[in-house]
Amino acid sequence: MSAKAPPRTERPTETEHFSVIGKRNRKVEGRRKVTGQLLYTDDIVLPRMLHAKILRSPHAHARIKGIDARRALALPGVHAVVTGRDFPVPYGIIPWTRDEYPLALDKALYIGDGVAAVAADDERTAADALRLIEVEYELLPPLLTVEEALAHPENQVNPFAKVGNVSKHVHLTFGDVEGGLAASDEVVRDTWFYAGSTHAPIEPHCAIGDFGPEGLLTLYSSTQVPHYLHRELARVLEMPMDRIRVIQPGVGGAFGGKSEPFDLEFAVARLSQKTGRPVKILYTREEVFYSHRGRHPMRLAYEVGATREGKLTAVRAKIHIDGGAYSSFGLVTTYYSGQLLCAPYVMPAYEFDSTRVFTNKPACGPKRGHGSVQPRFAFECALDVLAERLDLDPIELRRKNLMGEDTRTVNEMRVTSNGFPQCLDAVERASEWKKKHRRLPYGQGVGVAGSTYISGTNYPIYPNDMPQSGCQIKVDRSGRVTVFSGVSDIGQGCDSVLAYIVAEELGVEVEAIRVVAGDTDLAPVDLGAYSSRITFMAGNAALDAARKLKRQVREAQAAVWDVAPERIELAGGFALVPGDQERIVPVAQAFQAAEARFGTLGSTGSYKSPGDAVHGEYRGGTIGASPAYSFTAHVAEVEVEEETGLVQVKKIWVAHDCGRALNPTLVEGQMEGSAYMGYAEALFEEQDFQPNGLHRGPSLLDYRLPTSLDTPDMESLIIESLDREGPYGAKEAGEGPLHPSVPAIANAIYDAVGARVNDLPFYPGRVRAAIAARRAAARPWKGRS
Amino acid sequence: MKETFPIAVNGDVHDVSVEPRTTLLECLRYELGLTGSKQGCDKGDCGACTVWLDGRPILSCITLARAAEGRRVTTVEGLARAGRLHPVQDALDLKGGAQCGFCTPGILMSAAALLESNPQPTADDVRQALSGNLCRCTGYTKIIEAVLEAASTLRAARSAGEWP
Repeated sequence: MSAKAPPRTERPTETEHFSVIGKRNRKVEGRRKVTGQLLYTDDIVLPRMLHAKILRSPHAHARIKGIDARRALALPGVHAVVTGRDFPVPYGIIPWTRDEYPLALDKALYIGDGVAAVAADDERTAADALRLIEVEYELLPPLLTVEEALAHPENQVNPFAKVGNVSKHVHLTFGDVEGGLAASDEVVRDTWFYAGSTHAPIEPHCAIGDFGPEGLLTLYSSTQVPHYLHRELARVLEMPMDRIRVIQPGVGGAFGGKSEPFDLEFAVARLSQKTGRPVKILYTREEVFYSHRGRHPMRLAYEVGATREGKLTAVRAKIHIDGGAYSSFGLVTTYYSGQLLCAPYVMPAYEFDSTRVFTNKPACGPKRGHGSVQPRFAFECALDVLAERLDLDPIELRRKNLMGEDTRTVNEMRVTSNGFPQCLDAVERASEWKKKHRRLPYGQGVGVAGSTYISGTNYPIYPNDMPQSGCQIKVDRSGRVTVFSGVSDIGQGCDSVLAYIVAEELGVEVEAIRVVAGDTDLAPVDLGAYSSRITFMAGNAALDAARKLKRQVREAQAAVWDVAPERIELAGGFALVPGDQERIVPVAQAFQAAEARFGTLGSTGSYKSPGDAVHGEYRGGTIGASPAYSFTAHVAEVEVEEETGLVQVKKIWVAHDCGRALNPTLVEGQMEGSAYMGYAEALFEEQDFQPNGLHRGPSLLDYRLPTSLDTPDMESLIIESLDREGPYGAKEAGEGPLHPSVPAIANAIYDAVGARVNDLPFYPGRVRAAIAARRAAARPWKGRS
Repeated sequence: MKETFPIAVNGDVHDVSVEPRTTLLECLRYELGLTGSKQGCDKGDCGACTVWLDGRPILSCITLARAAEGRRVTTVEGLARAGRLHPVQDALDLKGGAQCGFCTPGILMSAAALLESNPQPTADDVRQALSGNLCRCTGYTKIIEAVLEAASTLRAARSAGEWP
């Protein structure tokens, strides 16, 4: 039997009647969280456990000539030291770019790169021991900017790079861009800079390695990709996967920052192997900043052409991406920087040229909205410029270019459901846009932006034909239902989403569901919490498994009652025939009938994406392909202080097409959290470095996360387009809603003071300089000189 | 050299024996097994370690354990009464105010302290009271809603004599 979910041609309808889906249910683990009882990795203490710390390079680029750990090993309480020599096999989350070692082997590539690790009786002894390790470094010239790194290909940052310091280069063209631009009535040409930022989950990374006497490794980690971590552990430790168990306890936020293996996981495994005792590493907050893998800084140059009526003609982008020292997901980032721009507007022709460059800084990677938040900023700002030049309302300009449903983008991605027009309508209405745009007094303004994002990447990171998500369900005669899935709950609520789906299908209360997830020994593979894939993919796998059981339960109870199985409903804890007072029993009784008829009850379900049908057959056509796309629109309202350039965002209206909201509270939580995170990137945050490569402020004080006093009001407007392949029509909500944050704020700043700020973050000095430039150009705005 | 002294947490008195440099957070988490309070930043920036000392919220990661000698410590584990969640715990769960849950214990201790001193807070009062607690998931919106709802639940519960 094929693992592929049966293609559904019928779209779910809004009138479908649900007991659980669409309701504001509690999360399955919520009460453990509000009582402090949910266990996160650092809450786990194993008997005989040692604590380890990692020694990090103080140099941005240095050859390691030798490491002498004898004095550290002699310190009482120290049990073992590991260095790069203990890990000769390189790793990397993308199989084509395995270009890092758990601990630096020959060279340290940035300030903070791990060099050695010490296991001791306690954390403080381990920290004391780090100071006794002598490392002989030969300093190499660090390359800290994209320009420097490209100018010095002979000084290679990452020795695995094929050419100089180029991490990845992608150039793709769709249609006649040159002709399209030449025939345009208006072409916007400009450059933008998107600053790097980091995830800063409140839980620092933590891992425990525990080598048992049978030679089995159990690794607990605050990861969001247990399966990929499992694979890379096996490679690096040169152990078979079946000898390794990865357990993901509660994770205190991730946002993409825990979506690949890190030095600590390999280090605790090897140290546990050496000592025969469990070993824990908890990052300091400073180390979280060095580990990074956050938003790539990008320099983006765009040419955006349109007719005088406002129809887009052609778009051309040239993008330089500062990758930091390692590839991480960079191959994908480089594609995403171009591939994900082709909706929600019709682009007749499109070309992008993206280059990711290695520099001697912490590696960048996937942060919420991976690779596509930066180009979206530039492009949606360019649309605002275009609207003004064509004397069109920016929302109207966007409406003139809507692509509609069941269509293909210029880069041949299949788009199914599309609620973007309704998103625009919703933010326009809720924000009272027509009363405000260009009509608010000087210093106040509104801005709009739109976007799209994937509901899971169409392919796994390593090519294979197996399902992207598996689910097993066990039904007990007590009425309890256990759902086994490899998904990773990182706070987004995916364990709960699976519980809602299975409860809906089997007619039990949500409280009757137990979810067993995040454990590679117990649960079937799910690829992890990345690319906004879980609701769509794991949701479909759970639905597949649950419906198989539902058929058995209805068939068995139908035989008891002597009615047709399709007349039986399972809902709210009962099996019943609607309208028949005689035929209603607790659902557990129907489960017992099914167990009597079929034997022990269990089922499996899988989800496999639609494959080649959803993208073009060109090199790179698979990257950016997704079974479904979400859509978002924002309106931001700002006040800009003339004298200081200080921007205050008063409110953000967020409309997001999530297909169907399986739990509106969770969807709104993703929308608000996304809008907040984008807002933070617009005005507050920057992963910034000194000229020697040292992070300027690796703490939660210096790296400025917005507090409750800084964060603006947000209003969430859920749009449900009911996707025909999503579970009950659902699509993603976790990352899409971030995308329009920054351009909506940028466009609102323009509406307020008539000044374009193209470089992030919009610090007061930059805004003030932009206002001064407008004045110097003698361009009055809203009656002000 | 370890020092031994009594410390009263959530109504239980424990004799602890710790190095003088041990923080209250380390003492709670690693000596007493009260892992509800979290370590997010190591230096008083994030608020995840917030507990009460004699009923007032403090940052336990920058408070020495010894400073709690002879005083009453209350942690997130001590908020519920006789198996009933504190209204702010219940509201945070119901309203989606706890996503990853890692800042939640600190948020709860700050919010519950606010409701002790100001039973009828405005949204701005809540924002002010939570301004030392960083949350990375929610954008604070649902947390603020939950605390406002909890305030009214707590007032009703107190006037009905159902909550001390």
